[in-house]
Amino acid sequence: MKKATAPSAVRTPFQKWLDKYQGILYLIPWIIGFVVFKAIPFGQSLYYSFTDMNFFNSTINWVGLQNYITAFTTPKITKALIITFKYAFITVPLKLVFALFIAYILNFKIACVNIFRTVYYIPSILGGSVAIAVLWKAVFRDEGLLNTLIHMITFGHFNGPSWLSESGCALWVICLLRVWQFGSAMVLFLAALKGVPADLYEAATIDGAGKWKQFFSITVPMITPIIFYNLVTQICQAFQEFNGPYIITNGGPRGATTLISLLVYQNAFKEYKMGMASALAWIMFIIVCILTIIAFTSQKKWVHYSDER
Amino acid sequence: MGMKTANKVATFFKYFVLILVGLIMIYPLLWMISATFKDNSEIFSGISLWIKHPTLDGYRSALDNFGGSINILQAMLNTYSYVLPKVFFTVLSSCIAAYGFGRFDFPGRKLLFSIMLATLFLPQVVLNVPQFLLYNKFGWVDSPFYLAIWVHCAFATETYFVYQLVQFMRNVPRDLDEAAAIDGCNSFQTLYKVIVPMLAPALVSCALFQFMWSCNDFMGPLLYVSSPGKYPMSIFVKLSMDGDTGFNWNRILALSLISILPQLIVFFCAQDQFVEGISAGAVKG
Repeated sequence: MKKATAPSAVRTPFQKWLDKYQGILYLIPWIIGFVVFKAIPFGQSLYYSFTDMNFFNSTINWVGLQNYITAFTTPKITKALIITFKYAFITVPLKLVFALFIAYILNFKIACVNIFRTVYYIPSILGGSVAIAVLWKAVFRDEGLLNTLIHMITFGHFNGPSWLSESGCALWVICLLRVWQFGSAMVLFLAALKGVPADLYEAATIDGAGKWKQFFSITVPMITPIIFYNLVTQICQAFQEFNGPYIITNGGPRGATTLISLLVYQNAFKEYKMGMASALAWIMFIIVCILTIIAFTSQKKWVHYSDER
Repeated sequence: MGMKTANKVATFFKYFVLILVGLIMIYPLLWMISATFKDNSEIFSGISLWIKHPTLDGYRSALDNFGGSINILQAMLNTYSYVLPKVFFTVLSSCIAAYGFGRFDFPGRKLLFSIMLATLFLPQVVLNVPQFLLYNKFGWVDSPFYLAIWVHCAFATETYFVYQLVQFMRNVPRDLDEAAAIDGCNSFQTLYKVIVPMLAPALVSCALFQFMWSCNDFMGPLLYVSSPGKYPMSIFVKLSMDGDTGFNWNRILALSLISILPQLIVFFCAQDQFVEGISAGAVKG
């Protein structure tokens, strides 16, 4: 990280100052953005979480841990926390396993690999849009595409469940929307798989290792950095999921898809209880932090970096 | 011979899985496209893509103006009137910040860089409430120019792109900077004469991703747009779906399809950039 200096013999003090500090000039917009839109709001939200801040009240009273105590003693909120955990622990592993599995197959000499890659990748690009949420509703409604299919292949003997109004199913429908978007993780895996040196496989084949053994003893260890990256980003995203449950089921039926982000939104922008909303956001943030820290400390055990950057 | 048969079976199995999974993935989208041309009684009568009675009714009623202050064309116009500034300012500010991080050594660089990395993991939901209050104080909520949605992008707040561009910048040889310096370029000239042209593919990739994400964005407009005449596509489609009594599926699906059509076109024109962009940023992390 050394700046090349023009080979002028004499540099004025101003030029010397510039050599040393001009990098900061380029960071001024970022610093302003960080302070105004991130750091200060971050601190404020922590502060609000200890108050009874309400959008329409001019006074803010310090209430200590009251919001947090309320959060952990209100059944609606603890239920939402459990559902958020369920959501994350269903979607993240499924998505990663799927992505790795498909990437592994695509990495063989497959004809038309680009067409397959495109097909798998489209859902990742569009999946977050409202249009896809509408489509999801059309697929999973009572007389929707899926139940029509079930009706057809059982020759009319069996009607599928009401996916969106049965508590047991609705969460899975929301989960499926996220798993359907495995393409971006797959593209990353595919790039990592291409980077595994072919001679490793050749050596293993000579040693008589089968395809499965090769997969677990060569492929997986070689791509652990990217597995790790996908794991951390997917956990962060899964805990923040909002669009799917808000648009498709609006948190229902009977709270079965009410993720914690929906409660944050509801508290903050429907009931204007900004203090409570901040506390909920912070609970979520702390959970994500803990999981990230666990991932980062465990990475010494299972992530193998081939070079130091 | 046995080996050959086994290979054939394995190959068959691979293609079988790829095609089956691909079909399941893409079928809902294909069905959606075909459903927009069906009449409402036909849509859920079967799962086939074949259209028995092709009709444009869905599109006709999607384009209808129902007397309110908003229709689909206005909604589309509204969407792009914040998506384009968002994309432009994100790329501009991220490139400048990445240049500062990637090419200079100054006291405190390490600290600032780790702060930048940490904000990658900072969930937006923690910031929503104070940001809303801040924008409200500025008078940006429901502003005619969608200020609350895009202004922050001019300050490199989309950290993911800053990080990605720093990664790309590592691949631009430093010899080029040095040559430019010897030719008498100051650092700013080096940025736009050397770095920007070399980074062009990466900048395009950032622009494409930000375009897609901004078009999909629902939370932003939900919080910061409240007058119906200013609704963007995402809110408009959601409200049309809620307001529908449940019979006009071809209209709703046509509306949804129109709303993602620009994204689909952009994706098909630039799919390689997407794939390269997503790979390059992460692998070196």
